[in-house]
Amino acid sequence: MTARIEPTPRKRPHFLPTLFRTTAFKLTAVYLLIFALFAAFVLGYVAWNAQRLLNDQIRSTIDAEIQGLAEQARQGGIRRLVNIVERRSRAPGASLYLVTTPVGERVAGNVEAIPPGTLDKTGESEIDYARTSDAIDTPSHAIVRVFVLPGGFRLLVGRDVEERERLGTVIRRAIGWSLALIFILGCFASWFVARRVLRRIDDMSETAHGIMEGDLKGRLAIAGTGDELDRLALNLNAMLDRIGELMAGMQQVTDNIAHDLKTPLTRLRNKAEEALRSAKSTDALRAALDGAIEEADNLIRVFNALLMIARLEAGRTSDNMDDLDLSEIVSGVAELYEPLAEEAGLTLVGDVAPGLHVFGNRELIGQALANLVDNALKYGRPESGGEAVVTVAARRMDADIELSVSDHGPGIPEEDRGRVLDRFVRLDASRSQPGFGLGLSMVAGVVRLHGGQLRLEDNAPGLRTVIALPAIAPKPVETPTPSDPAVSTAEPNPAGVPSL
Amino acid sequence: MSPMRLLIVEDDAEAAAYLTKAFREVGHIADHAADGLEGYAMAEGGGYDVLVIDRMLPRLDGLSLIRSLREQKDETPALILSALAQVDDRVKGLRAGGDDYLPKPYAFSELLARVEVLARRRGAPASEPTTYRAGELVLDRLAHRVTREGHEIVLQPREFRLLEYLMKHAGQVVTRTMLLENVWDYHFDPQTNVIDVHVSRLRSKVDKGFEHAMIHTVRGAGYMVRDSAH
Repeated sequence: MTARIEPTPRKRPHFLPTLFRTTAFKLTAVYLLIFALFAAFVLGYVAWNAQRLLNDQIRSTIDAEIQGLAEQARQGGIRRLVNIVERRSRAPGASLYLVTTPVGERVAGNVEAIPPGTLDKTGESEIDYARTSDAIDTPSHAIVRVFVLPGGFRLLVGRDVEERERLGTVIRRAIGWSLALIFILGCFASWFVARRVLRRIDDMSETAHGIMEGDLKGRLAIAGTGDELDRLALNLNAMLDRIGELMAGMQQVTDNIAHDLKTPLTRLRNKAEEALRSAKSTDALRAALDGAIEEADNLIRVFNALLMIARLEAGRTSDNMDDLDLSEIVSGVAELYEPLAEEAGLTLVGDVAPGLHVFGNRELIGQALANLVDNALKYGRPESGGEAVVTVAARRMDADIELSVSDHGPGIPEEDRGRVLDRFVRLDASRSQPGFGLGLSMVAGVVRLHGGQLRLEDNAPGLRTVIALPAIAPKPVETPTPSDPAVSTAEPNPAGVPSL
Repeated sequence: MSPMRLLIVEDDAEAAAYLTKAFREVGHIADHAADGLEGYAMAEGGGYDVLVIDRMLPRLDGLSLIRSLREQKDETPALILSALAQVDDRVKGLRAGGDDYLPKPYAFSELLARVEVLARRRGAPASEPTTYRAGELVLDRLAHRVTREGHEIVLQPREFRLLEYLMKHAGQVVTRTMLLENVWDYHFDPQTNVIDVHVSRLRSKVDKGFEHAMIHTVRGAGYMVRDSAH
């Protein structure tokens, strides 16, 4: 039994706890706090300034009145002052007046009670007062100023600040209301945004879950708004498409491998069974076993080729690359296959420019070239009356080095040229020849790993396979030892064998 | 050839049993170690002509085993067997001090031929002789001349190297892969029987018109140069 890993909780959790965990909620909370603080600050500032303005106004009114009254007292004495104060006291308004004797006895005014000691210090202060003796329990608030008149009499002029306090109350209430409103609106907005985003994200994870469960055709919904979530969904969909393609490719390869490995395995098994059942002599058994071994060897070769292609496609062999003398490799491979060509009734011609260098792996490039030459020898026989020549060429073309193997055989129809690079693809025309259909796939892998290009061209008639590899400058030291016969393939040919 | 003493370091019991049995059948002495440490201990005891070492071993892997031996100045030839058959794996194996590398699965004939060549190299003098002889066939490495019964045989450079390699290992089986590796220095699958065609060309020059063949085909294994007159 295997343990199953649950990627996400399956059922949709309760809405509210999810809401508190969402980014939308957290963001809204932070914004809410910032706006509240800002609003409180602005309103507080306005309130503070308004109060200051009112205080200044009150003060200047008081100052003006005191100056006026003091002037009256200086001109008309205390009696005139008392008269004016009594008259003004009777008028309705916020103004407060009090005139006392030097010892504090009330002479005139509309103030009944003031905190003791108020009259002892001259100048401005804020006090609680009552206009009548009944109102002592509920004192009002006022800004007052005490002035000492000639003769020790005291004059108190003040102004009730009820107006100012009412303004303060209004502003405080405004702050409270706006904070409450911000909070309510913020909560609503947060809930709305979070719910909208949440639902889309929940839908996305639901779809993703479906895909994980095996619905490989499933794709994320696109709202069409072009926002971040849409872009995310688009990218994820593109990723799913790519994965789908890779899986389809993999599936095809697996099918191919299954088919192309099962066939020789079946043959192997049948041969063994047949030998067991009907072989009469030791020699017949031996022959059957030889056949079985040969079949097994072929399987091993297919396996090695497949592994090599997989490895090439994964692109992991690049750390074994070096500066290569390509001319030497091409000449070498041409020389290796020359007798084989002759045996097949073909002439192998080598047309290799000297001193071509690439950065690569000698074995891989050799293998790729060997595969191409082998293909040309197998399939490049001219149909009738054609030139029985296979040409292996290497030359420099601008920044590239082009290796080519050309034959005058039937060639490959244009519509099949892309297909033959796939694994196990064998054109009907080639079925009669031994092979597995892996040669060109391997060549394509080698070329890709070397950052080159593989082209299949019409040789009119025949096929020309071209490998273009980026050229590099040769290493400065390139002097082969003359005594080494390995490098003397360019020597005059004593036996008169056709040159490469 | 005289019996070799071989040490097979292989953790797969069945493969090891098959190898020891096969080597004993052809007349060699084969011991078996089941893991890297045991193999190291036995190899250190010495006396072996060739070590056949699996690359992936428990306790001490094959490459580390060889590296440790080489650090002890033990130069016993070592052949690495490995399921990893890619180009760079072979390079790694040889860099660690291995003398030859054979990917799994292999034919026993291939392994035997390679092991015998390694054992022979151990006994050989430090410098190669300047001429190789097999009966009346003489190859002069300095003059680049080949004669048989006094008649000069004209060879192309590659044919000369092919014959040189075969004669260097006269009396031993040389496989097609060994020829491709040592004469052409290629380590890839040539897809076809290219080597056979080269050998048959060489044979047509060396053996044609003479009573006895020098270059023999060893069925299921490869080729051997041997003076069949004696």
